[in-house]
Formats: sequence, C-alpha cells, structure tokens
Amino acid sequence: MAAANTPETVELTDRDRAMLAGECGQAAAVAMRVLVTMAGVFGAERLLDIEGAHIDGCLYHGDSGVDFAELLVAGGARVRVPTTLNVGGLDLLHPEEFAGTAERRAKALRLMQCYEEMGCRTIWTCAPYQATPRPAFGQQVAWAESNAIVFANSVLGARTHRYGDFIDICAAITGRAPAVGLHLEENRRGQVVFDLRALPPAVRSASWLLPAIGYLVGERCGNRIPVLLGLEQADEDGLKALGAAAASSGAVALFHAVGITPEAPTLEAALGSRDPELGGAVAEEWIEVTVDDLRAELRSLSTVPAAAASRPGAGGDLAIDVVALGSPHFSPREFAELLPLVERHPPSAGVEFVVCTNRLSLDVLEREGALERLRAHGVRVVVDTCVVVAPILRTPAGGVLMTNSGKFAHYAPGNVGFDVVFGSLAECVRSAHAARLWRDPELWP
Amino acid sequence: MSGWELEARVLVAGTGAGPVLRLEEPLSFWGGVDPVAGTIIDRRHPRCGESVAGRILVLPYGRGSSSSSSVLLEGVRLGTAPAAVVLRELDGILALGAAVARELYDESPPVVLLEAADWKALPDGAEASLDLSGRLRIAG
Repeated sequence: MAAANTPETVELTDRDRAMLAGECGQAAAVAMRVLVTMAGVFGAERLLDIEGAHIDGCLYHGDSGVDFAELLVAGGARVRVPTTLNVGGLDLLHPEEFAGTAERRAKALRLMQCYEEMGCRTIWTCAPYQATPRPAFGQQVAWAESNAIVFANSVLGARTHRYGDFIDICAAITGRAPAVGLHLEENRRGQVVFDLRALPPAVRSASWLLPAIGYLVGERCGNRIPVLLGLEQADEDGLKALGAAAASSGAVALFHAVGITPEAPTLEAALGSRDPELGGAVAEEWIEVTVDDLRAELRSLSTVPAAAASRPGAGGDLAIDVVALGSPHFSPREFAELLPLVERHPPSAGVEFVVCTNRLSLDVLEREGALERLRAHGVRVVVDTCVVVAPILRTPAGGVLMTNSGKFAHYAPGNVGFDVVFGSLAECVRSAHAARLWRDPELWP
Repeated sequence: MSGWELEARVLVAGTGAGPVLRLEEPLSFWGGVDPVAGTIIDRRHPRCGESVAGRILVLPYGRGSSSSSSVLLEGVRLGTAPAAVVLRELDGILALGAAVARELYDESPPVVLLEAADWKALPDGAEASLDLSGRLRIAG
C-alpha cells in the first residue's frame, strides 16, 4: 500500500508554521494541527489559501461539539475569512418552536454563541448560496454541510472538498485548507454518466422528480463524480433539491449537468478538462436511466410500502400526520409556489405543517404579507434550524411524515422516527388538506 | 495464536480490538448512528439495528452528512464508538471525527484504509485487532 504523506511531509509556509507553534494564539495552533493531520490523511502535499468558509459544526449533536467550540473560543479563535453558519439547534427568532429539554436548549444555544463569538456571520442556513453573496466561479472555499458543498461545487463552480464538522472552522480560523480533492482541477472531471435521454420529455421536465433523480445518482455513483446527460433546463431550486438528495444517498460533492452547470457546457467538457494534457473524455461507467429505474427510486424514497407505489390512487387511505418542507431551506421562489396551493387547499387542523427556511426568506415573506397568510392557514415557518436536526415537531414520533424533499425523506425515519412518504409539492399540500395521502394521477411516471 | 494479517494505511493512528462488523453499503454516521446507544438507525441500511460500539467497523466509505464527524466524536465521548474503522476508500469525514477526538479527548478509534482486495477478505464477525502501524490481525 502506498505510504501516506505524513504530517511531516506536508509543505508548510512560514505563516503556517507560526500558527502551528502557537504564535497566533492557541486556537490557531489547534486549528492548524487539525489541518495538518487531515492534510496527512488526504495525502496533500501543501495547504492552499481559501477565501470563504461555511460552518456545519454549529449544530448541537452532543456535548463534544460544545467542548471543541469552547476550546477554540478559550484559545482566542477569530475567523480570518468571511464565514457563514449552517443551521443551529434552535430557532432563535421563535424560541417557542423548540420542543426539547431546557438543558438541550441551553447547550444548543451556547454552541451557536461560540461560533458567533469567533466572528462568523449568523445566517443559520443550510442554503447559504441563496442567502449571502456567493463564492465566484473557481474560488477556493472550505464548506461543510453536504447539500451546500454539492451546490457550491456544481452550480457555482466554486471549489471545496467534501468537508465535515470541525475542519470547516479550522480552515476559517487559519484561512487555509489541504490542497486536495475537489480543490484541484484534475480531480473535478466527471466519472459516471447518467444518461437520462431515454426518459419521456414530460418526466425529464418534471421538477418534482429531481430529488428522485438525485437519489438514484447518489446511490449508484457513491463517491464518484456523476455527469447528468439529458436533464431538462432545471432552475436553481431544482438543482438544489437534486444535489441534496444525491449527497444523502451517496457521498456526492460535485455533479455535472451537461448544458446546465458551469463546468459542463458539453459532455466532453464534463468528462475531460480544459487542459488537454489531462486526457480525453472517457466515462468510467455509462448508466442509461429508464422509467422503471425512476419508479424504483420513487418507491425507495418512501418507507410506507402502500404509499410508495407509483400507481395513481395508491395508498389513498393512508393517514398523513406531518408535512415537512424546506430541506434545503425554502427559497422565496418556493414559497411563492406554496402560497397559492395552501390558500386553495389549507391544511387540515389535525396535520402539522412545517416549512424550514432562513431569515432572508422570512423577511421577504413578511414584507410581502405572505407570512401572515401562511400562518393564518396553520403553516408554521421555522428559521435558523430544521425539523430533522432539532426537536421541532409536536406530533409524537411513529406517524407518517410527507415531504417533497429527498433529504428529509432520507433522514426523517432515522432522526425523528417517522415513516415518510415522498411526493410533489402539490401532493404534499393536498394530502395535508385531506389528512390522507393524495396522489396526482397525472403526475406519476 | 493462529490467524492472519493485513497491512493497512494508517489515516489516524491508534489500537483497537473487537469483532468485525462488516458493512457492504456505505453509512452516514449522522442520521445513521445513534451516538447514545451506538446502534445503526438508518432504516434503509441493511444492518440497521446493529451496534457499532466496540466493533472493528469495516465499511467502504461514509456517505451523506458533513456531521458524521460530530457523531463519531460524540460516540468517543460517550464510549459508544467503534474500536476501529477500516475503510476501502479514503473518507475525510470519519477520519476527521477521529482526529478531533484525539485533539480533544486524547483518545479515538484508529481509522485505516485497506486495498480493495484485502478489504473484501475481512470476514463479518471475526475477532480482529489493529496495531499502531496499521497491522490488522484476524483470528481464526
């Protein structure tokens, strides 16, 4: 087995060494130690400068995350690059939304405060790319949060490796990241082609199916880089939903959609490189996606067998307890689609209807008067956090949760103990109205 | 003692011993493992319900969430972490959780990487131990 680059073989600048030696404070020393260790893990030869970071470590999972943040705060940590924060464990604007214990609330809050004290921007969203100035094409950043990583790389053409909690803040404090993986041009070539051209045009242009396509892509390509061929023009919310699903079922951190995403004007460009030295356009694997594949994927997104069938009218007697939307966080455009549906088909009083979003979207909703109208129909709008990461739902676990999000469909059973049913936005709203699963017979492939 | 050995590439050094839990499918620790109980909770995972605590956890790579490093770290704090993690493909997020555990608590499961053919040879349920240099000894 090839020897790893040990930390000793990672080439460090004088400034890196000074940080490592504690000359820039204890927190910078801890951060640089973690970075150098991880550079060794990745086999990186050097570190590179980053121009921004997005931090996932501000979400409470237990006391260890607080221990690490307190260690950094006590060591005088300050971020050196513009840094945004992912969701936390609380809705700070609507504290009454939290249904957990006082102890958990206090710890989740303290963790959020620690990251604020380090100088991070408190946007508290898993869709930072829709809430703040975005990284530019080709810009080096260190992002965590699986859906944000895949969006930054794929849709924006920014460059981040697939980072986890803790290295994100270490990169922000030092302004450095290991020069590995998706930071480097030669590692961004597509590897597996998903050929969607055999799907009927109506299926390819149905935005509600994008999470199912993403889920299939993540499952089949694992940690390789997929190229989607034949995707109809998808908007950003569609690409966001597709990427989030692919990053749930797989370890996808970058996808290319031919003709849509910036590094894939053509199939050749997606597979090859702008640099002819790096070789020709050859796919490792070519997967023709059929309607049957998509039907199977739609079935696996739901955990209630009767509801998962793609037959119109299937599962018509199934009671729906919760509708949860907004993973990733709902955008103003998604709310604009939701509002008229809810006004036509308001949720039944017995169904908990929650939408997760960020403060920017909330401001837009408030300004336009939409928030009041949604609330009047019993829709809860939660900010700063989300229902699968924090105790927000009031319905006891064990019921059925319906969503149009591939990411919620993936994580809700394990994290909050609900069975899930996946459907389109309109199906979710109509099901909430009826308190029973409603399927649109026109919709299903 | 009879047995056989494999050489792994050390990502995060350490020692560990226990029965092998072999996952053919990748696993996201966040949303996939309950750090309090140490069990697999991803209902779509074929090994859902099994415990990773004290096991030599053999998996192809992690998938899914960036917070898997947090869940591994929390497992170390609570004593429910695997005894070692043996990967087939480099996974920065699980190694990161282990590296931070070392920084914070001065202990963590080792994380190592095996060549695909060696990785495939590791039998589920076998007793195994890992030393500091990445030598994996399998009993039987």
